Amino acid sequence: MRGLRLAINYLRIGVLNEFQYRANFYIQILQTFIALATGLIGLNLVFSQTNELGGWNKSELLAVMGVFIMMGGVIRSAIQPNMERLMEEIREGNLDFALTKPADSQLLVSVREFRFWQVVDVLTGMIVMGVALSQMNRFISLWSVLGFFSAIVMGAVMIYCFWLVITSTAFWFVRVHEIANLFEGLYAAGRWPVDIYPNWLRYGLTFLVPVAFAVTVPAQALTGRLTLQTWLGALALTILLFTVARAFWKFGLRSYSGASA
Amino acid sequence: MKRYFEFYRAMMKLSVLEQWQYPIANYFYMIGMIAEPVIYMVVWSAVAVQQGGMVGGYTPGAFAAYYIVWTLVRNMNIVFTPYGWEWRIRQGQLSMSLLRPIHPLHGDVAYFAGWKIVVIILWLPLAFVLSLIFKPELNPTLLEGVVFFFAIWMAYLIRTMTLSLLGMVTFWTTRVSALFELYFAAELILSGRLVPLSLMPDWVQRLAWFFPFRWAFGFPIEALVGDMSTNELLAGLGMQLAWIIFGAVSVSLIWKVAIRRFSAVGG
Repeated sequence: MRGLRLAINYLRIGVLNEFQYRANFYIQILQTFIALATGLIGLNLVFSQTNELGGWNKSELLAVMGVFIMMGGVIRSAIQPNMERLMEEIREGNLDFALTKPADSQLLVSVREFRFWQVVDVLTGMIVMGVALSQMNRFISLWSVLGFFSAIVMGAVMIYCFWLVITSTAFWFVRVHEIANLFEGLYAAGRWPVDIYPNWLRYGLTFLVPVAFAVTVPAQALTGRLTLQTWLGALALTILLFTVARAFWKFGLRSYSGASA
Repeated sequence: MKRYFEFYRAMMKLSVLEQWQYPIANYFYMIGMIAEPVIYMVVWSAVAVQQGGMVGGYTPGAFAAYYIVWTLVRNMNIVFTPYGWEWRIRQGQLSMSLLRPIHPLHGDVAYFAGWKIVVIILWLPLAFVLSLIFKPELNPTLLEGVVFFFAIWMAYLIRTMTLSLLGMVTFWTTRVSALFELYFAAELILSGRLVPLSLMPDWVQRLAWFFPFRWAFGFPIEALVGDMSTNELLAGLGMQLAWIIFGAVSVSLIWKVAIRRFSAVGG
């Protein structure tokens, strides 16, 4: 409970901070618009040559894109900024300041930053999903809504665990900020449902970098493809990844020696 | 002239030595970059298969060749970013380079050219693995190979010039990220990075002719992968050269005006 209060407090500070820079809001809108436009151009180019890709039609792929944009917003607002700050602090030796605070260190390093304006991406993603759903013109059951939201939460947790594990490698490798680039590259694969990728890549995007669970599975829920099996698999993997990430974080922390301070 | 030669040699050596210290970091960077073309390759190969084996003149093997060569050209396209210029100007870091008796652009060109040597060496095993997986159809002639070699280095110079020009906008305003984003979006579409330009509608292809983007990206790839006539190859190199000259002249003209506006102390 104390942890939750701590997280909410940091969230509030983050939002207040961002409100000082309102011009960034307009820049964010423009960036989101550009990303959306290029995404739509890509989608239209593909569908000017074919009318189905790996068993998904155009409006279903639009739904995938909506989830992709929305999850991207979640990652860039709450997950990535924290992990990038953590990386920097491990390298510089400033992590001491977080470790000496009387709260769980993993919780603390995971909630300190929040980029509020990225919410534009989350909203845009929802709008794109709405448009896609109305194009598909199919009945949305309560189960698919529940499936969708639970899949989003599990996907976000898995992406967080992936980031935490990778960031923790900074305890040994020091210069790892290229990882942000690596992640963005791999995350871009989520723009398309993972079914279209060759097997080795699909497994990689499912279990190594959980893009499949973050984007494709929620999109499956929206388009009525989600099976109970997949959902249970996602739940099991979420729990497993979280346990592994926490253990790995603690293990890495033992190699932390501080640099200055 | 000798002075410049010495400078370039020293700077390139420095950057090779420096970058060679971080092979893991460089690999992370490259793998992140390679994800993008692999996605395009898979999507378009799937489309080609669904359309009976070919789309827009490309078979899956031709797409594989296009996008594997893409990875090298993309790496050659990495130059000092406009965001770096923004940082340099806003933070006053430029002051230091202004004290040197040589245009700061030379430092950028030399440093990144040295880095390219490391990148190309690290790229070779990646290209080998990608080729094993995706089986590209690639039969370049000797002439195409030679043109390609020059084209990628000219592409590097074109992009250095255009991105420096873009970065120098920061001399007038510090809110530049929106402009940069617009530029990169136009580049993505018009360069042949998203898809080979021949898959674009006709008017986009014609439009692309007038921008520097395709000369820094699509042209080198098509020179090696496509079936260009000798004339087309030479015309392409000519266009590249024209853009380099135009870019260099613009950079030096704008630099003269811009530098008067620079007012940072320290750095």
